Order: sequence, then structure tokens, then C-alpha cells
Amino acid sequence: MSRRRCAEVAEGDELPTLRVRLTRADLVRYAGASGDFNPIHWSDRAARDAGLPDVIAHGMLTMALATRLVTTWAGDPGAVVDCAVRFTRPVVVPDDTGGALIEFSGKVTKRRDDRTVVVAITARAAGQTVLSQATATVELH
Amino acid sequence: MVLDPAFVGRCYPGAGTYQVGREKIREFADAIGDGNPAYRNPQAAQALGYADVIAPPTFAIILALRAQEKLIHDPQLGLDYSRLVHGSQSFTHHRPITAGDELAATLHVESIRAMAGNDMLTVRCEITDCAGAPVTTARSMLVIRAADA
Repeated sequence: MSRRRCAEVAEGDELPTLRVRLTRADLVRYAGASGDFNPIHWSDRAARDAGLPDVIAHGMLTMALATRLVTTWAGDPGAVVDCAVRFTRPVVVPDDTGGALIEFSGKVTKRRDDRTVVVAITARAAGQTVLSQATATVELH
Repeated sequence: MVLDPAFVGRCYPGAGTYQVGREKIREFADAIGDGNPAYRNPQAAQALGYADVIAPPTFAIILALRAQEKLIHDPQLGLDYSRLVHGSQSFTHHRPITAGDELAATLHVESIRAMAGNDMLTVRCEITDCAGAPVTTARSMLVIRAADA
């Protein structure tokens, strides 16, 4: 494992796609790990009361997975110096064995002289984008 | 507007410091399904030039959430937690959060705006090490959805 070299990267390069299936158990686990116990992420009743169709994934879990796409590609997770997303649609996670499938893809949109690159990330669930303006800035070697 | 705009500019120093541990980093990495050895194996992290295992880039949300708690639940602010959704998030890392770090977090209320009936609260969490050196800046925009008509 080592940090990717900037010389090997060009604008327009695409990152390997990441597909992640989230179930209710994953949301409970993330709630515990992150300390975000908002009940809309685990209680049907709380989700309904909040006007949501069903329990939804933590936006931060979706962002963590979107960032994972980039850290895996970068080789060294410490290379990601900046990451930002807007949460545009909730990821609905039904209480069944299938859960919700999210697909992440990324593309290098900028390669700067200081060996930093910008990756634009796309995240789709149930045929719709769930993040917008999702980017990561990576310091390569 | 539901939220009290007088909160803009206020600053909430965190109560105490946060000790970053290897097992918490591993727990977080497990929760995001990331088997990267830099989060789990000190030798692998050292091979990349770090003192110990490092945390995933979004790990800092743990500190940001703790720093927000006092503000979110301040009755004077008037925030209905059941109507809260996350609008946007960013992290700027001055260096990776590393096991063994003792971190402090201070929350700054940057803006409160009304848009299409919803209130938007932007907060910035500055995370520093015990010497006061910057580690991470986390910015969260929270949307408080309008009550049903």
C-alpha cells in the first residue's frame, strides 16, 4: 500500500466503481460508531413522524462511503485533504434483507501543478443521485 | 424564521478533550465497511509515514457532533430536532487524525438563513491538537424543515 503517484493520473481518469448494499443493521452499526442516534435512522415510527417514506441512511454514512471510493484509489487515506458533499435525496433503507444499493463513481476533474487532484464523485441509489457537488481533493506523490 | 438569528457568531468551546484510540478508529472503519490497513495496523500506517493508525476522513464527524450538541439542544435557539436533516458537509484536514491524538473542538455558528420556508444553520467545528495546532475544519449545514402546513 502506498500513495498513488500524480504522474500516473490524468484529468478525465475514472475511479473503479464502488457498490455498497446497506441494511438496517449497517445503520445501527454506524449510529453506534459515529454517535449519531437520530431515530429517523433506525425507527420506522420516528421516520414516519418526520414525514419520511421509511428509515433513511445517515447522510454521513453515504459521505463516508463516497470518500472510501477515493481513499481506496489514493492508496493512502491521509492523502484526502478535503472532502465535501451536499445531501440531495435521502437513501431509503427498507427493513428487509435487500436494504438499499448505492453505487459510487468518481472522475478526476482537475490535476494541479502542486500534485493535488480533484475527484468529482457521483452517488446513485434507486436510480437517483443522492449527493451533489461531491468532491475530494487528494494530495498525491 | 424559527431559529433565533442572534446565535450567529456565537462560539461553543468543547467540554474537555477527545482521546483518539485505535479501537474507536477500527470500529468506525468497520461501520463504513473499509478494510484499509492504515486504519487497523500500526505498521501499515507507519509505512505510510504516520506515527500510528490514522482515521478515515469523515471520522471527524464524531467530534463535530459532540461539539454541536449543546447548541442544537439550547431551547433559546428553537431548533426542532425531529425536523432536522443534514444539508451539506465538508472536512478540511490539515493532517490526518491519528490514534493517540488528544483533540479539542470548538463550534462556531456561521450563519442562519431562511430559504423556501426552511431554516438553514451553518456551523463550523475547528478541531485542534493539545498544542492548539489545527487538525481538521468541519463545516455542517443543517436544514430545519418547515412544519407541515
